[in-house]
Amino acid sequence: MIDKRIGDLATAVAPIFDGAAIMVGGFGNSGIPAGLLNALLDHGARELTIISNNAGAGEDGISSLLREKRVRKVICSYPRSPGSIWFERRYEAGEIELEIVPQGTLAERIRAAGAGLGGFLTPTGYGTLLAAGKETREIDGVGYVFEPPLPADFALIRAEAGDRWGNLRYHVTARNFNPVMATAARHSIAEVRHLSGEPLEPDSVITPGIFVDSIVEYGIRP
Amino acid sequence: MKPLDENAMAARLAQDIPDGAYVNLGIGLPNKVAHFVPEGREVMYHTENGLLGVGPAPATGEEDPELIDASKKFVTMVPGAALFDHPLAFSMMRGNHLSIAVLGAYQVAENGDLANWATLEQSFPPAVGGAMDLVAGVPQIFVLMRHTARDGSPKLLKRCSYPLTGAGVVTRVYTDLCVLEVTPEGFRLVDLAPGNRLEEVQSVTEARILT
Repeated sequence: MIDKRIGDLATAVAPIFDGAAIMVGGFGNSGIPAGLLNALLDHGARELTIISNNAGAGEDGISSLLREKRVRKVICSYPRSPGSIWFERRYEAGEIELEIVPQGTLAERIRAAGAGLGGFLTPTGYGTLLAAGKETREIDGVGYVFEPPLPADFALIRAEAGDRWGNLRYHVTARNFNPVMATAARHSIAEVRHLSGEPLEPDSVITPGIFVDSIVEYGIRP
Repeated sequence: MKPLDENAMAARLAQDIPDGAYVNLGIGLPNKVAHFVPEGREVMYHTENGLLGVGPAPATGEEDPELIDASKKFVTMVPGAALFDHPLAFSMMRGNHLSIAVLGAYQVAENGDLANWATLEQSFPPAVGGAMDLVAGVPQIFVLMRHTARDGSPKLLKRCSYPLTGAGVVTRVYTDLCVLEVTPEGFRLVDLAPGNRLEEVQSVTEARILT
């Protein structure tokens, strides 16, 4: 029998170890796995690499991990959102490593990791500082940059609904990075607003359960 | 000189968005353009976080906390809208499917180079977002910005001094003083904001403005 349901957030994040690379779904406050991030803060893992579009804002979520000095490195496209005070403090003080990746390249590097690809050639960033030192190639007169896959140890995912098989469905723009990140981590943990014993309608499934290792209910929306 | 206010700048650019266009609006001032597209034109707005068909802001109390645009502001969906994930959102950009992107800029050079993501000051972390993906795949890149920086220094340059977002990618520049087209010869004047003279505008522009 397949049953990926876990009773509480703390148990769901228990496998996370010091030094882990963790993908965090969401864009701004939409689709952020807030419950899992709170549990990760309580869990205490350190020296983390956080892979996410943004670097947190306010005092919760990724910001709280930065505030408590749990993060060694951030890989993101846009760390400078309004209210990103903890990222800015850690960055200015030189306490954190930052890897800036263009947003589409970030999504595609994650996709490549989940899809078993060895990377890809993209026109994004060609001729800029973000392509410095990278392999390039010209195809039909267009310059491309080689970008490697980006896998992670864990992915923290937020979805609207899920079932015991790990199938996930999303709500409006809370989908964003969540489905692709679920494919690219060795261990993907999904937090869902509604966890059902009944199977989701197959037509509505966006993330098939094969990509999800554990699923936990967290009914609160940001 | 008589600079346009921000609404007038956005309204001027909106005149050049044709019926049926698929348009990505950048964070900040470019976001205002949607308010000014002339009636009778149907334009589909794309936001990189997974929505094609962005509608106006919702009424107070009717916000969906998970329905936002790239500026992280609450939005609605228009009839015909579609939702998708990040890889598909960026396939639309890089894959040449959008018509126009409207971006802000720190600097634009007369050869179409764009700088809008980093200043390399340690106190100001770089942030590229989707800008490099847009300029890589959207055929029309419109820049909407003030003609000069806050300290009065020119932003329309012979060559950018900040790190580039893309080389030779800008097609038009809309400022509070004029509209310029980027041509193989350099910036060519399309029109001046009402009440301004070319000599005055040229005096706050490092690059040569052709007529």
